[in-house]
Amino acid sequence: MIYDAAIIGAGVIGSMIARELSMLDIRVCLIEAKDDVASGASRANSGIVHAGYDAKPGSFKAKFNVLGCAMMKQTTDELGVPFENCGSLVVAFNKQDELALAELKRRGDANGVPTQILTGAQAREIDPMLSEKITSALYAKSAGIVCPFSLTIAASENAIANGVKLYLNSEVTDIARKDGVYEIAAGERDISARIIVNAAGLYSDEISKMAGAEQFIIKPRKGEYIVFDKEMKARTNNVIFRAPTKLGKGVLLAPTVYRNMLAGPTAQNIEDKQDKATSPDGLKKVLNSVIEYVPSIERGKAITVFAGLRAKSPTHDFIIGASQSADNFVNVAGIESPGLSSAPAIAQHVKDLLVSLGLSDKKDPSATRKREPIEVFANATLERKKQMIASDKNYANIVCRCEYVTEAEIIESIRRGARTVDGVKFRAAAGTGRCHGGFCMPRVMDILARELSKDYSEIQKSGKGSRVLTGKTKEAL
Amino acid sequence: MKADVAVIGAGPAGLAAAIAAKENGAKRVVVLDREAYKGGILPQCIHNGFGLHIFGEELTGPEYAARYIDMADNAGVTFMMETMVLSIDEHKVITAVGKDVGITTIEAKAIVLAMGCRERSSGALMLPGDRPAGVMSAGTAQRFVNMEGYMPGKDVVILGSGDIGLIMARRMTLEGANVKMVLELMPYSGGLTRNIVQCLDDFDIPLKLSHTVVKMHGKQRLTGVTIAKVDENLNPIESTSEFVSCDTLLLSVGLIPENELAMGLNIQMDSVTGGAVVDSDMQTSMDGVFACGNALQVHDLVDFVTEEASRAGKAAAQYKKIAKLFVNTIAGSGVRYVVPQKLVRDGIDKTLFFRATKVTRGWYTIARCRGKIIASRKRVMCAPGEMENLVIKDADISGGVTVTIEETKT
Amino acid sequence: MKEQKVTCIVCPLGCEVTVKTQDGKIVETTGQACKRGEKYAAVEVTDPRRTLTSTVRVRDGASPLVSVKSVKPIPKELLFASMKKINETRVKAPVKIGDIVVPNVAGSGVDIVATTDVA
Repeated sequence: MIYDAAIIGAGVIGSMIARELSMLDIRVCLIEAKDDVASGASRANSGIVHAGYDAKPGSFKAKFNVLGCAMMKQTTDELGVPFENCGSLVVAFNKQDELALAELKRRGDANGVPTQILTGAQAREIDPMLSEKITSALYAKSAGIVCPFSLTIAASENAIANGVKLYLNSEVTDIARKDGVYEIAAGERDISARIIVNAAGLYSDEISKMAGAEQFIIKPRKGEYIVFDKEMKARTNNVIFRAPTKLGKGVLLAPTVYRNMLAGPTAQNIEDKQDKATSPDGLKKVLNSVIEYVPSIERGKAITVFAGLRAKSPTHDFIIGASQSADNFVNVAGIESPGLSSAPAIAQHVKDLLVSLGLSDKKDPSATRKREPIEVFANATLERKKQMIASDKNYANIVCRCEYVTEAEIIESIRRGARTVDGVKFRAAAGTGRCHGGFCMPRVMDILARELSKDYSEIQKSGKGSRVLTGKTKEAL
Repeated sequence: MKADVAVIGAGPAGLAAAIAAKENGAKRVVVLDREAYKGGILPQCIHNGFGLHIFGEELTGPEYAARYIDMADNAGVTFMMETMVLSIDEHKVITAVGKDVGITTIEAKAIVLAMGCRERSSGALMLPGDRPAGVMSAGTAQRFVNMEGYMPGKDVVILGSGDIGLIMARRMTLEGANVKMVLELMPYSGGLTRNIVQCLDDFDIPLKLSHTVVKMHGKQRLTGVTIAKVDENLNPIESTSEFVSCDTLLLSVGLIPENELAMGLNIQMDSVTGGAVVDSDMQTSMDGVFACGNALQVHDLVDFVTEEASRAGKAAAQYKKIAKLFVNTIAGSGVRYVVPQKLVRDGIDKTLFFRATKVTRGWYTIARCRGKIIASRKRVMCAPGEMENLVIKDADISGGVTVTIEETKT
Repeated sequence: MKEQKVTCIVCPLGCEVTVKTQDGKIVETTGQACKRGEKYAAVEVTDPRRTLTSTVRVRDGASPLVSVKSVKPIPKELLFASMKKINETRVKAPVKIGDIVVPNVAGSGVDIVATTDVA
């Protein structure tokens, strides 16, 4: 079979493009190197929907961010993904910072993003825990927060429901073209497609080169994060950024859609595209930065730390467009911040671009933009909880005790594609709470083994090579 | 459903509280627990050393649990297993969910909180490195090995010398794993000497004091850890860092009382113990709600959990809403915290439990009220890892009671 | 003359006791703070014993394992030999607390018994 379009990379960009293409009456596949979608930058980032005042006027970033931010409410409604239009504050501590705010405001005006300069006191009025040392702040009402991996998972589920084929564990190692058809060596299979969309994130430079398209270099930029317990009293209502300095945008502090507080990222240019290790210095920097914004932040309330790698663009802008050298090959590369915010707009733009390359724009009448989320027991009303239990007894078995995740939700996450402990975690939130899986991991593994008819010891944390157990007792001596 | 006393948790604390409530006249005593089996963490603690204080013999965890389960059954305690409490309201109405009962409510005259504790995770430690498989808390490993019959790894490093970590060092060794070392951040171990001797020394497993893990290596599965010595401020000394290959890192780095329910009730909490503030009847700041066991303060011996929970169960059975006169207890020099935080002035039981801030040899524990010594006790040694107690007898406590640990002059 | 170091576990003090022996007989004990320490160290040097706890596989049971212990401490040098025997053993459910699971483990004269019920 020949696909009309093959998308390489099932991050938020690839998955959102797949979803757009799934509305059309064409054959589409989504190819992912790892064992699950959202395995790269879409798994580990700030989850911020930027208002769009920051990007250089006239850039792709400015255009797609502003559009994407405006589309996010409807997109997340359709996909059943948590999103909050919480607003953002860029805080200033001195005169120099205030000059930076003024510059951001000018850019916002140019990009058509309404912002407002507040005094320190006004900022503390809308976010009372902010430091007394804050002298001024730039307020952007339209900014928000979204769960990045939920958005990716939802978009891919929606695409799959509309007929897109997802190939996991399928690292692309070779791309050839014969008679107007691309032959893609992906993992253990060969995939044929007329058009390739390169949304391979950190690896998009390698994919582009492989296809004989434009040569550019994508470098990883590491960002380290700290997640704080929901019970931490120190909270903000808005996303808090520091006024940018010569050293960069700095560390942000934001609520998450799950009511945790998130601090990060650092910005470290590295070489290894798989180096997602946190460091003592990085974590210290993150902690010290956010304590500057909100002095009552407590180190002891951290529940986990992680690092993500963004695909740093050599042009400082998104690389989006049809290749000049390879026919029917479209790069969607260098999607660094504000890539998540831009994703809905990029997806639409890429669809239009592909149609202009000759892809049929005939609608698939059975396709839907709606995807039902996994219903969250913990968030349901008491009446609804009773109904849920009446329809499925597994709702009465709470497996993750920190987040009150039930067996029914875990089974549903497996039905929807979770194959590992992390797969369940990112779909059903089991193990995301303060004990971070200490209690529920053995039980989640039990359910995975049962539902997938595997032995307990075969269950992996996060894909190949990550088995949690090494064998049985009684056999090693 | 109605209950005279509802107990949250069927671990050692919950069992003892329920039995004591029955013995002291409560008619309907209901114990709710999330697990299918009773005994809390004890069924997975298959090692011996439990009950020396109460029974004068060394029982294993399952045996200790079995005795109290029998007593509870004989006393006529009602159990609701596989039932998790979702919330408690200010009228002491408990909402719970369970496979057998669906969603149910229990109106209780008195409630005993006995939820136990949980282990601190690697995330809470902010351990640098990636997040590979092979890193887990010692208690999780204990469940895998003792309950499920699976090995979490072959080459093991243990961070933290708390008792669970030491016990798991021996347990994994006996099952054929190579336990390379136990690291302890502090200059002293948090575990009992007996466990250091019988779990580490017996198997030539080195205990490295003033050491910690500074980095975890490995992307999918752990491949090793970088360890380093720490200075007196507990900061790693870079020049001492060293790579140790291993596929498993077990963490035994502290237990945290589990108190979501108490916090949901806006009960006053003690930021040092992580548990509720209680009076000498084990009553919290909310009338008719009592707390005990590891949900109140982390214990090192289950015998003390049982004793504490018995007091809570008895007080819950006898609970009447009355005005009480309190005096505060105060952690003085050398003392990290004191439980109970408040003494009922004309109450009968005035036993104080407390922990030392550091290891000291040859010392007194002293309680003073208005500058006057009202109780004291000479001990040969104290360590933060071992809970101390002091009983106040027939003393006038008309003001705050300060507990100190003072070295004897020799 | 042989010299052995023993950490006393009788009380929290944890004395480092040095025991000197000649031809298996104790000639000198130093470092202990009390009589109990001397006695403990003597046993540790001449006949160290440990209670062994473990699990044994269960056939057709409600759980795959039953927890077990040695009813009395067994000689320390027999710990691994005993584990080997325990690992080879399979019992059929039901098992009752106190049931002998391995009699006279590794020739120690001590039985291994169940410490819990398995239905």
